[in-house]
Amino acid sequence: MSSKWEPVVGIEVHVQLATRSKIFSSTSVEFGAEPNKRANLIDVAMPGALPVLNEEAVTMAVKFGLAIDAEIAERCVFDRKNYFYPDLPKGYQISQFESPIVGRGQLSVFREDGSVRQIGITRAHLEEDAGKSVHDRFSESTGIDLNRAGTPLLEIVTEPDMRSAAEAAACFRQIHSLVSWLGICDGNLAEGSMRCDANVSVRRVGDTSFGERTEIKNINSFRFVERALNYEIERQIDILEAGGEVVRETRHYDADRDMTLSMRSKELSDDYRYFPDPDLLPLRLSSEFLDRVRSTMPELPQQKLERFITDYSLAQSVAVRLTRDSNLASYFESTIASGADPHLAANWLLGEVAAALNREEKDYTDTPVSSAQLADLIKRIQDKTLSSTLAKEVLELIWTSDDSVDDIIERQGLRQLDDADEVRTLVERIIVDHPDQVEQIRSGATKVMGFLVGQVMKASQGKADPRQVSDLLKRMLNI
Amino acid sequence: MKPFIGVQELRNDLRAKKYSAVELAHFYLDCISELNDSINCFITVDADRCLDRAAAADRHLAESDPQPLCGIPIAHKDLFCTAGLRTTCASNMLGSFIAPYDSTVVKQIAEAGAVTLGKTNMDEFAMGSSNETSWFGVVRNPWNLSRVPGGSSGGAAASVSSGMTPLATGSDTGGSIRQPASLCGITGLKPTYGRVSRFGMIAFASSLDQGGPLAHSASDVYELLAAMEGHDPQDSTSADIGKTVLPESDRSFVIGYPESLFDDLDKNIAACIERARQQFEALGHRIEVVELPHIDAAIAAYYVLSSAEASTNLARYDGVRYGHRTDVSEDLLDMYCRSRTEGFGLEVKRRILTGTYSLSVGYFDAYYLKAQKIRRLVRDGFLSAFESVDMILAPVTPNTAFEINSLKADPVEMYKQDLYTIPVSLAGLPALALPCGFVDDLPVGMQLIGPHFAEGEVLAGGMAFQGETDWHEHHPSLESASTS
Repeated sequence: MSSKWEPVVGIEVHVQLATRSKIFSSTSVEFGAEPNKRANLIDVAMPGALPVLNEEAVTMAVKFGLAIDAEIAERCVFDRKNYFYPDLPKGYQISQFESPIVGRGQLSVFREDGSVRQIGITRAHLEEDAGKSVHDRFSESTGIDLNRAGTPLLEIVTEPDMRSAAEAAACFRQIHSLVSWLGICDGNLAEGSMRCDANVSVRRVGDTSFGERTEIKNINSFRFVERALNYEIERQIDILEAGGEVVRETRHYDADRDMTLSMRSKELSDDYRYFPDPDLLPLRLSSEFLDRVRSTMPELPQQKLERFITDYSLAQSVAVRLTRDSNLASYFESTIASGADPHLAANWLLGEVAAALNREEKDYTDTPVSSAQLADLIKRIQDKTLSSTLAKEVLELIWTSDDSVDDIIERQGLRQLDDADEVRTLVERIIVDHPDQVEQIRSGATKVMGFLVGQVMKASQGKADPRQVSDLLKRMLNI
Repeated sequence: MKPFIGVQELRNDLRAKKYSAVELAHFYLDCISELNDSINCFITVDADRCLDRAAAADRHLAESDPQPLCGIPIAHKDLFCTAGLRTTCASNMLGSFIAPYDSTVVKQIAEAGAVTLGKTNMDEFAMGSSNETSWFGVVRNPWNLSRVPGGSSGGAAASVSSGMTPLATGSDTGGSIRQPASLCGITGLKPTYGRVSRFGMIAFASSLDQGGPLAHSASDVYELLAAMEGHDPQDSTSADIGKTVLPESDRSFVIGYPESLFDDLDKNIAACIERARQQFEALGHRIEVVELPHIDAAIAAYYVLSSAEASTNLARYDGVRYGHRTDVSEDLLDMYCRSRTEGFGLEVKRRILTGTYSLSVGYFDAYYLKAQKIRRLVRDGFLSAFESVDMILAPVTPNTAFEINSLKADPVEMYKQDLYTIPVSLAGLPALALPCGFVDDLPVGMQLIGPHFAEGEVLAGGMAFQGETDWHEHHPSLESASTS
């Protein structure tokens, strides 16, 4: 990318709230049901049917607002957004236009290196999802599936605070992590639980006004957000450098071709004729209600992160990684509660355990090793019963069995060699067996030391403590 | 058996086994087959199920504690959804639509034991003041078959007035219960907005629509209201408030008299209401002159707001899921346009266009928002009047029933028919329309307007008046209407 140009990005994230029922009807929300089986007379907009607001959706929106320290509206209004589309049964979508439930807030977005950037959240509002038009099932006509119609959405809108595609992707990831953490969204991107629209423009470095922007609609993965934006930023720069002008339009990202394409402009006008829905009274949130929601809030990632740094003296970057996923964070905390050393616990969770879960495509909710087992393993490292090499072997064994760590150590004879005489005998033998290498070390080639330690470890079948072996060798060779 | 019997007498007769509920149903069904061809107040008659339900009512009547309306026939305005029985809203759009559910009103009335005779004619989607916009043809006024019955609950009012049913449900958005009740010489109540559930009542203008009862007397209206009202968790605008309670019968009221409303009123109609005013005084109530400001702006505000809401309420009739769909279309947009062009009548289209316009970017503030401000001022005017009076006595209509087709070509003149009813609707107040005389052999009505949720008081006022007068006991002679 030419360094003369600076991208400006803001995103809108549609979060499907994990309520039991739809936002204005009692139909249960469930992915993958047979078409139109999850649509009652309100969802199909029968004549005379009326909406009733789902309190659970309101609670979830408020939770998000509290988590980003936002203004929560004491009174907010639901509006009708009018347009005709076959999968929009009422001919309007119930949304919030002028008075959203959640006002201005702040989101802390963590970069890979652990540094933090504050992104402004403009607003978040409640609305209902539309149904789906099914084009590939019938040859002559389009099918309409209203199962999704009326699913509650929280639309989160950020300020144009991001300055790169990577930052926008990190922001989307942070919102994903936060709503999953709060338990208000299942976070399943593949099933469409979150969708991201990105507004992007570029300007000359140093400019204070914004360039003309385009909007990329409906991106459904972190990786695609980054790729779509990178493509679009390059495209805009190319246009501007060639002396052209960016056209304000809606584009869509074609992942197969890795490019953004102009979407056909809507056939119908963009005048949505918003006005307050007379079927729903203005929503008033009492301070008692807010207090009740506040009392159910979990410790937030930011708070937990700061606590991890203070209480366990973890590095910022480690604490960031531990608090990206609430299940990982609580796994970590219960491992420590069972007596494990925090640093070792963090290393093992982010290292060996993460790698193993990754291999099996599992997450921290269904790890086969309990936090108590992991704590036992770490305690055996702390008391030097196990070397880290042996510990990895034990981890593999407890991954597939429910046996206790100590039983496995006993049964497999994996205990670290702690008999000093036995180790000394081994070291002496290796010194005798390798006169050439000993000579090299004595003449200054200290690197060869590693080879001798390795030979001792091999002779001990991995049960010796490498540090102890190394110390002994140095002492016996007088270096 | 005779027509025009009140609820109390029907209940006593049924319980005393003077006749059975089945015999009673037959009596009214016969009345309908005799008169409906010339009056046209029913769109659908549900004779078979009516008789089945009457038979079930007879079994209940044999038990110790039958429901309050057990075995008493009723007709529903054709905008209340009825499971298994078509609900047309008097529109080609819903000409063969059968709802999969009962509206709350229909459900509650059935639970109270009443037996449905059928569905009554109305202005299409309740938009009209003459019942001339119905896809199923004009309803004729039983007092004079060349005249309109009023609207939009014209079928409901004419069916009660002509003796085809003792009770009928209606709905009132800007006067649609009170105006036809007055033009047909019967009693009708528009309850406080939120008193009766709107769930299953096909929407015209959601912030104004209110279901209510029509009957021969205030006492019968009260009986039916008791079955219709109540909090409904399925309607977010339904008020969580107790049942209507009548005040003690000897209570004397302070009745407000908005003199300025009578300035432009037909002198003969004004004379009828003036006479009623004196009768109220004779009954021991006190009359006090009140001012109602901003009334002159109410009609304009009403047509902006009600049309705006209607324009989006009627967006669901797109030919996709139910209702009329055109036979042939080129693409989606063409399908929408043809289906809606064919499905809706002229007045409905006029209001959709008006409403769409007033909600559009650039016009919203000048029309919709300004109309909301007027609405607030009208409401405040009433509330300040109610600081000194218990209820207000006012005209319902500027004239008696007019000739069919006489106003059809002039929508503004037609809209002015609702001059006295619309302000009450904008304020969401309850108002009881009841007969108070005749001009040239056509009935004249008046309305008693109460503060929010003061249905008990206005009904008590109406009952007191009807205890001393017999205007509500006059019935049309139907020889010319009879086809047998």
